[in-house]
This record gives sequence, C-alpha cells and structure tokens, in this order.
Amino acid sequence: MSTLTNKAKAVDRSPMSFMEKMYLPAIAKGMMITFSHIFKKKPTINYPEKQRPFSPVFRGLQILNRDEEGRENCTACGLCAVACPAEAITMEGAERLPGEEHLYREEKYAAKYEINMLRCIFCGLCEEACPKDAIYLSETFAPADYQRKQFVYNKQELLIPHPKENPEAYQKALGNRANKATSN
Amino acid sequence: MYLSTIDISLILEKLILIVVVVSASLVVAMYTTFAERKVAAVLQDRRGPNRAGPFGLLQPLADGLKLFFKEEIIPNLSSKFLFILGPALAMLTACMTSAVIPWGDHIDFFGRNVSLQIADVNIGILYVFGVVSLGVYGIMIGGWASNNKFSLMGGLRAASQIISYELAMGISLIALLMITGTLSLKEMVVQQQGGFWNIVYQPLGFLIFLICSFAECNRTPFDLPEAENELIGGYHTEYSSMKLGFYLFSEYINMFISSVVMSTLFFGGYDIPFFDESVLSPNVAAILGIAALMTKTLIFIFLFMWVRWTIPRFRYDQLMHLGWRILIPLALFNMLATGAGVLYFN
Repeated sequence: MSTLTNKAKAVDRSPMSFMEKMYLPAIAKGMMITFSHIFKKKPTINYPEKQRPFSPVFRGLQILNRDEEGRENCTACGLCAVACPAEAITMEGAERLPGEEHLYREEKYAAKYEINMLRCIFCGLCEEACPKDAIYLSETFAPADYQRKQFVYNKQELLIPHPKENPEAYQKALGNRANKATSN
Repeated sequence: MYLSTIDISLILEKLILIVVVVSASLVVAMYTTFAERKVAAVLQDRRGPNRAGPFGLLQPLADGLKLFFKEEIIPNLSSKFLFILGPALAMLTACMTSAVIPWGDHIDFFGRNVSLQIADVNIGILYVFGVVSLGVYGIMIGGWASNNKFSLMGGLRAASQIISYELAMGISLIALLMITGTLSLKEMVVQQQGGFWNIVYQPLGFLIFLICSFAECNRTPFDLPEAENELIGGYHTEYSSMKLGFYLFSEYINMFISSVVMSTLFFGGYDIPFFDESVLSPNVAAILGIAALMTKTLIFIFLFMWVRWTIPRFRYDQLMHLGWRILIPLALFNMLATGAGVLYFN
C-alpha cells in the first residue's frame, strides 16, 4: 500500500532483545534525561518580584490624565462612554466655576466619572475616542477586591497622581504609555 | 551501689541517643518532603516551593501546620479503633527501625566511651527486617478499617507487594551475610572499614536489595498501594488531618531508614572512603563518620526521588512478574554463586 506522506512509520513488533528485556539500560537512559534537566534554564519567572515586560500595545486599567500643571483633561464630552462596547463608563458633566482654573483645563469637567471594571473588556476604544487625551489604558492589571461594588472605580481612583504634588507617583502611573501618547 | 550508678548513666546515655536519633530522623523526613518537591521541580524545569522563608525552607513547617488545622474526619462505618491504630502503627514502626543502626563509631565524653548506636544487638539486620515487615500492618489495618473499597484495594496491594519483595530482599541479604558472617550492623561496618565495601563483593545483591527497598517503601515505580489514578489515595483515601500526615510522614522516614540501611550494608556505613579514621581522635572521627553516613544517605534519598520522577508505575501483573519470576530466581542464583565463591576462596 502506498502512503500519502513519507512520514508513516511501521510499528516494530519484533520481540524484545535481551538488553531491552533487562529494562535497566533503558531506565538508566531515562534517568540521564531527567538528570540533564537539572541544568536547564527554568522558564518560570518569580512573578511578583519580577515581571515580564509588556508589549507596547498592552491595555490595562484606565487612568484619567492631567496636563503638566495638574489640571484634569477630561471635559465630560461622553465620547468614551459612547464608544465603549461594554457600556462600562458613566459620567456626569459640570461647569467650571471661576477660581477652579487650576483644577480643570476646559470650561466643562466630569463631576462624576465611573468605570465598572467588571464590565470593561480593556479594548482601548475609550482611549481612541477621546479627543482631549484624557483617558488612556495603563499597564496596571489584575485588580483584586473582596466585593463586586469595589470594582466600580470612581474618579478619585481613576485619576492619575498630581504631577507637581506627587511627581514620582505620576511618572510611575504614566509608565510607558506616556511616551506613546506624546509621540502621537 | 556502684552498679546502679553505671546503670543510670547508661540509661541516660541511651535515652539521649534515642531522643536525638528519633528527632533527627523526623527532621530529616520533614526536609525530605521539601527536598522531594524541590527535586521534582528541578527535574521538570520548574522552581518548586520558594515562598515560605528563604528558598522556601519553612515550607515543611507550613505543610505540617496545615495538616494540624485540617478537619479530623473518621468515617461513620469505619472501625474507629483500628482506623486510629493504622497511622500510629505505621509511624511507630518507621521510627523503631533506627534503633540498631550504627550512626558512628563512638565518642569520648569526659572519659566515657559512648557508642553511637542505640542497641548493638547481634541480630541487627534481622531486627530491621522484622520491624519493616510490621510496617505493612499499619497500611493494611488503615486500608481495611476505612471501610472503603479503594482503601481495601490499596491495603491488599501493599501487603502482597511487601510479601513478594521481602522474599527476594531476604535472599539477596543471605548472600551478603555469607560473606560478612555476622548479623550485627556494627560488625559489618567495622569489617568494611578494614577491607573493601560490600558493594564490591555483592553488586548483584545490592541491585536486588535496592529494587526491593523501593518496593518496601512503596515508592515509584512500585507505588501501587496509593496509585492515584486507579485507587484515589489507596489506603489513605479516607484519612485526613494529621493521621494522613502520619502516613505520608512514615513513608519518608522509611525512605530515610532504608537509605541508611543500604549505606550501612553495602557502602561502608560511617566509613570514610580512602581514609584511615584511626589516625584521628575518636570524637573527630565520630563526627566525620556521621557526616560520611549522612552524605551516603542523602545520595540514596536523591536516588529515590530521581527514580520517582523518571519512571512510570508498574502494572500490577508486571509487579508480580518482576518480584516472583525475575528477582527471586536472580537472588537465588546470587546466593548460590556467593556460596560457591565463599567455599572456593576459603
């Protein structure tokens, strides 16, 4: 019978030779294989201490951005909420009052801004929709909590740390995404 | 009066030795569980436990603590007394074996000659055999008292396996005894210190003994009594909490003890290879001797683990075939050949 490929291999059913019947050579061979694995490099990473670098397009938890002076970018236009396929974003706008110029960049701001992290699918469409560079997806991931309602993040939890009051935390929260944002 | 003072100090000395030996074998067994997981991990390109303490060294403590906090379950239909007796017996026999093993020569303790052997009985190796075969009662009773078919199967398998392999083990040992001419473990070590190690005279006997001790310890490839995929947990299916811990622990103590016995019988015990201990002071020699014995033992323990993570389990009929139709004839042949050799050279 002709075979379709040349990969087919007939099963050897000849009786075992004496050496094969002894088993011990085969066992020794197998043990040498396992022994050689002692010296192999382990692919595992000690996770919390060490982390693999993310790809530049990694999408983690959202962050609400501020400009260099620490003013919130968001104008509560609602484009992110419209773009969101999972309907995870809710917001309420409010008008900036005189004397609040150092807090909000535009005349309108988000008084309430919530993202339900259980609904969010981390697609990044909110980031793409935003005309003001106000929301972007950070490299933070795997949040943990005891209750479902804790996963509805409010504005305070989403806002990036103030760049002047807390520059270190700001830089850390900015992460690699900031470079991408500025290069665009 | 004079006699009684000697007796008291002798009893004290032996008591301390017993406490030290038993606690040492418990600690070794404890860390063997850790080493087993580490060795398994390393052989499989993993990292193994490394969270509890530096390098995961506190892992055995955490494991033990976990077992203590587990719920203690005794099945309704089990026979309660035997159910508790099973693990207790397994643990007891595992600890008892260490009594006749010479851990070192002797130490000079303020002019007193303290032997590093709890009891130098002249039937030492026979005692080891007796106690080891008692160990199967722990498994059998536990498996039977659980009132569970899987446990019973595990117990049955353990019993038949130990009976089958003890025969070959005993016969391979008879060949060794023909050469040494003594049953005392201490004398065997002293003989090996003078001449070659027994492995030189008895390579085949050692191989049979090694294979049989794998079977006696219920270690892979002979771990049929607790074959997970066919018998759930085998004889300890119904056990929980520290009773389960006792079973698991006694397995590791057995492994330690059989490693020590193998090093003593075939690899010179506390003899340091290529070195004459008599030039050293007795205390230094004793400490180095203990270190030598421990090194040999650790190598054997590693071998136990190495084999476990390399070779798959035997099928039941293969196990019986190997025991009755290969090892026993081989051991008999070895005995005859040794007898002929002893007769010829003497």
